[in-house]
Amino acid sequence: MLNPQIPETKPVKLAVRGMNFWYGEKKILHDLSMDIHAERATAIIGPSGCGKSTFLKCFNRIHEVSSQVRVTGDMLMDGVDINRGGIDQVDLRRRVGMVFQKPNPFPRSIYENVAFGPRLFGVRDRATLDDLVEDALRKAALWDEVKDRLKDSATGMSGGQQQRLCIARALAVHPEVLLMDEPCSALDPIATSKIEELIFELKDSLTIVIVTHNMQQAARVSDYTAFFWLGKMVEMDLTERIFTTPRERMTEDYITGRFG
Amino acid sequence: MRSFDTELKNLRDGIMAMAGIAEEMIELTIQALAERASAKAEQVQALDRQLDEWELKLDQLCIDLLALHAPAARDLRLIASSLKIVPELERVGDHCCNIARRTAFVHPPILAGDSLEQLGARTRSMIRRAVDAFVGHDAPLAHAVIQSDDEVDELYGQIYRELLRLMLADPLCIERASHLILVIKNWERIADQATNIAEEVLYILEGRSAKHPYLRGNAVE
Repeated sequence: MLNPQIPETKPVKLAVRGMNFWYGEKKILHDLSMDIHAERATAIIGPSGCGKSTFLKCFNRIHEVSSQVRVTGDMLMDGVDINRGGIDQVDLRRRVGMVFQKPNPFPRSIYENVAFGPRLFGVRDRATLDDLVEDALRKAALWDEVKDRLKDSATGMSGGQQQRLCIARALAVHPEVLLMDEPCSALDPIATSKIEELIFELKDSLTIVIVTHNMQQAARVSDYTAFFWLGKMVEMDLTERIFTTPRERMTEDYITGRFG
Repeated sequence: MRSFDTELKNLRDGIMAMAGIAEEMIELTIQALAERASAKAEQVQALDRQLDEWELKLDQLCIDLLALHAPAARDLRLIASSLKIVPELERVGDHCCNIARRTAFVHPPILAGDSLEQLGARTRSMIRRAVDAFVGHDAPLAHAVIQSDDEVDELYGQIYRELLRLMLADPLCIERASHLILVIKNWERIADQATNIAEEVLYILEGRSAKHPYLRGNAVE
């Protein structure tokens, strides 16, 4: 947990300035601005429909599958705008990985799931692929459980293992940012605690942005927490402050369960 | 009302009940001292048991609330501070018992004037105002309580020096004076308890520690 008395030492990885998001005529996100620091976990909390998942997905431009979507304002990664800075979509998605609510492994072997990304980016050498797969599975705290059955189908794994496999799949292409959209909502408490441990370890080398409905999870894993409501950011601060002394009444009401 | 809110209300009500008992004990102790009333001293001892029972009950309630509801923000601050306020009130009871036990040994009076009565009255006022600040969410009142502690400390110092002077002047009063030194020390401690409660009230209301102001800005890493 970061100490509020000590200034932040990590640089800003993602800077959002005056960002708006429209779906057709409907404005979903309103004038969002925030700094997301490298090697920190930033949680986004808020009631259903507040726009937190939409916001998360903008960081790797998943919205581009729809022609109805329009994004204005700046979304900078290391100072370069991810929408207008000439960043290639495929390259962006390598640098900004994503893990979804429901584990979604490909219906292939464990090995092939993790090797998929590196292959896509041109790695052909078997020994190099083996190393990448092992390294990603180790980072995802899954290696010891699957090292003897790498050829087994990923769909035969438990939900918690499948989710860690999806994390390994994202890690195999060495992303700089990992987006997690309710990564534990389909998991039991033991699997959840493994993922949370993992988040803690991964943020040594990655920028993590996690959307969660589970406020205790936000409190446990994140350094910063932002509270969204109706597409606006009500408050963002150190997680410790948000959960002990939030500035805004609305944040206080939400985290103490007195909202609405 | 949600069950959690009901439980929080039970916690606040419990603390107010404890505070009521503590105030009654202080009042009885003042009277027992002034009137050499052993019946009142015995009442003080009996009430102490009630405080002890409340302490166990409220400690458990706080632990249950933390374990079952994972409270945050003002709820968390209320519960965390309650875990500290409850033992302060329980200690007030113990100090009253210590004073009441000595009422038989401090007569006839050796102190001129009403400084001993004043010490009791000021301490009583501090506890009452600290509890009022808790009940009424009153930060200025809590600050005022903390400031009153210096006055009590000063009065304590005056009486202490007077008792030393009396002992030097007349060895026959040494026994009564030594009991009185313990009596005034207990009053002074009750005033400290009121200060601690007021500091917790400020934490609940303002979300930052009011303790040890001289350390402010020197956070421990």
